[in-house]
Amino acid sequence: MNKTVTFRIWRGDANGGKFVDYTTEITEGLVVLDVVHKIQAQQANDLAVRWNCKAGKCGSCSAEVNGMPKLMCMTRMDTLDITKPITIEPMRAFPSIRDLATDVSWNFRVKTKIKKFNPRKPDCEDGTWRMQQEDVDRVQEFRKCIECFLCQDVCHVLRDHHKHDEFIGPRFLVYTAALEMHPLDTEDRLAELKQSQGIGYCNITKCCTKVCPEHITITDNAIIPLKERVVDEFYDPFAWVWKKLRPKG
Amino acid sequence: MATNYETHEYDVLVIGAGGAGLRAAIEASAAGVKVGLICKSLLGKAHTVMAEGGMAAAMGNVDDRDNWKVHFADTMRGGQYVNNWRMAELHAKEAPARVHELEAWGAVFDRTKEGKISQRNFGGHRYPRLAHVGDRTGLELIRTLQDHGIHQGITVHMEYTIVSLLKDGDRVVGAFGYDRERGRFRVFKAKAVVVCTGGLGRAYAVTSNSWEGTGDGVSLAYHAGAELLDMEFIQFHPTGMIWPPSVKGILVTESVRGEGGVLRNKDGKRFMYDDVPENYRSQTSTDPEEGWRYTQNDKNAKRPPELLTRDHVARCINREVKAGRGSPHGGVFLDISWIKEKIPNSAEHIKRKLPSMYHQFMQLANLDITKEPMEIGPTTHYAMGGVRVNGDTQATNVPGLFAAGECAAGLHGANRLGGNSLSDLIVFGKRAGEYAAKFAKENASGAINDAQVEAAYKEAVEPFERPAGGGTEGPYQVQYDLQNMMQTNVGIVRLQNEMEFALAGIEKLKARAAKVAVQGHLEYNPGWHTAIDLKHLLTISEAITLCALERKESRGGHFREDFPDKSPEAAKYNNVVSKAADGSMKLRRETIPPMPEALKQVIEEMK
Repeated sequence: MNKTVTFRIWRGDANGGKFVDYTTEITEGLVVLDVVHKIQAQQANDLAVRWNCKAGKCGSCSAEVNGMPKLMCMTRMDTLDITKPITIEPMRAFPSIRDLATDVSWNFRVKTKIKKFNPRKPDCEDGTWRMQQEDVDRVQEFRKCIECFLCQDVCHVLRDHHKHDEFIGPRFLVYTAALEMHPLDTEDRLAELKQSQGIGYCNITKCCTKVCPEHITITDNAIIPLKERVVDEFYDPFAWVWKKLRPKG
Repeated sequence: MATNYETHEYDVLVIGAGGAGLRAAIEASAAGVKVGLICKSLLGKAHTVMAEGGMAAAMGNVDDRDNWKVHFADTMRGGQYVNNWRMAELHAKEAPARVHELEAWGAVFDRTKEGKISQRNFGGHRYPRLAHVGDRTGLELIRTLQDHGIHQGITVHMEYTIVSLLKDGDRVVGAFGYDRERGRFRVFKAKAVVVCTGGLGRAYAVTSNSWEGTGDGVSLAYHAGAELLDMEFIQFHPTGMIWPPSVKGILVTESVRGEGGVLRNKDGKRFMYDDVPENYRSQTSTDPEEGWRYTQNDKNAKRPPELLTRDHVARCINREVKAGRGSPHGGVFLDISWIKEKIPNSAEHIKRKLPSMYHQFMQLANLDITKEPMEIGPTTHYAMGGVRVNGDTQATNVPGLFAAGECAAGLHGANRLGGNSLSDLIVFGKRAGEYAAKFAKENASGAINDAQVEAAYKEAVEPFERPAGGGTEGPYQVQYDLQNMMQTNVGIVRLQNEMEFALAGIEKLKARAAKVAVQGHLEYNPGWHTAIDLKHLLTISEAITLCALERKESRGGHFREDFPDKSPEAAKYNNVVSKAADGSMKLRRETIPPMPEALKQVIEEMK
């Protein structure tokens, strides 16, 4: 049975904007992105919205639905109360480009500053390595990330305190954790984590974990272990003394 | 003479940043040339992320009987022997090295007990061959290439659309396009251009492809003088979601069947046992118990008929639905939950082996695949046809223009095996990057022709200059009408008169597309982007229909109800489409070159 729904969509650009109401009919089984597309095709041809796979795998259609950071393609209409207008706004932690599309280029710049994967020498003469599944399970969890940046959007260090120059945000802490915990990796990224990448800013409120559409346990499995490694490296007095006293070489 | 547009100059310009484009860009930059990479979306969002099952490479980690010869023979058999045999040979030989290279760049594949890269069974592959990461292998591939590539000195242009390739005489010397964000036009001058733009599923109403799959590279190359090959071969993946309507077409990975999933009609019958093609009979089990053992890696068991090639499975599903034995929403049932009879803790097992499928059905259809069967039906998935290339170098017939990945043709023949696409991307992406860099080193820059640039600009912005009303319409309706027409008339089962109807319909749609009007301005305007994509969609739809009319037989992804059998005569040629001097599309048959004795022998041995 068809029902009527009102979408209150933010329209505008970097210079400002406003919410515009669009009323449309919906059928059974739709997701938020379907309704946005319907409005785009029938009422607002120039409504800017990013999307690709429509199956929760590419992480393009991130937005705030009734104030909650979500992938629009994975938010079913039957999970929302349609008796009231549904607000759709762009991610607020990033500058606006137009309508629902935001400028997420900062994320791409941050990633290039993190030291790349650097494997140990191959284990076998044919140039391959051996790793056990249990040793890669954790890294595979982190590598599920689809880079939707919803965790960055919800992180108060970025969203409210705008520490983009001092803090890399949950996405890149997960990325760093995947590299640091990779069984083959030989690089050391702890000094940057402590200094330029600002891991200390995270006060583990776990908002990022809550919004992750891939259900990556960001705080507990990635950020806290990294924080522990940083502490062990730089703040453990016994380790500090040991490092001073141990023979060089 | 300088143009009025900001110009970027590269040795090699790669258009498209999926698996093939990224791999090509990495290879070219490693060769020491300056590389620009154009993404239609943001970096890392390309359709490669949707690939689920794995990448085929005969490493023999799970079954040591596997080697390149078996892989080559499987690919040729799956492609019904109209493949470019040289590409099939190179692909089978080089895929293992390309997969190992990904591991060296940080990819984390699922492991065997010995700690090697694990490999899984897939349709048409004789042995477990697909390196995989759960059911998100495409994401792993693109992320690995992305994270490696960003440290290679490649200049990445995100959210750019290329509207035309630029030529100096016969040679391609660059491209013209705009950034979607601001609508600013740019000239990209390049000594060599590689198109890696992926698929064209958006020409159809039901497709697993995202909005990007509009055949841009195929169309751009065609209009620049490149030949297209075998455009009639479109793969309809047997298992797409069909319910609820909003998800219709989204892919359900073949790994569901690889892990023991079975197909049933509404009477609960495993209908795939009813029709096993002659050339696969010796490899296919007749006993469900044996089929199950095959999926659990019993080396002595034969494969269940659900793992026959995709073209065949799709047609069997189509047959069941047409005969009134389908599921409530017009598909059939795919059931993995039944394995609870076989293994304890099957729910956990399914979630671990097929995490994104579990997630996708739970979230989009509110269905728990560990408890209930899925409803599925065929979806437009992959173009075997595309730009004609040299098997070794990926060069087209136009100097300076290369193509790789789904937009190139040859490797897969009439039907692609699952898992051969991701390996295609890395094997031929690398080769395209290598030979494009070589071309760039051996040739000086060409000249950019201002008149060409101005003409392309005028064509691109024309939709804004047509006032609404007065015979104009928006772009979306034209796109919908084209998709529905192709779906109905040039789809999974084809007929002469329906395709003739479609060919005439395309002409009418071209006339409508020429009158499409868009509102607003150049900045991030999806209506305008859709208007521009229409030209590509119409071009490739015409090529598909023309080739499908010409091939009066059924083979692989091309099935004709009026010619249901394979014709030995048609096995000898490929269809080649090109643009005639008067702008019309012309078609010719080209005889497939004879296969070297050594390869013939491999095929004989593997029969």
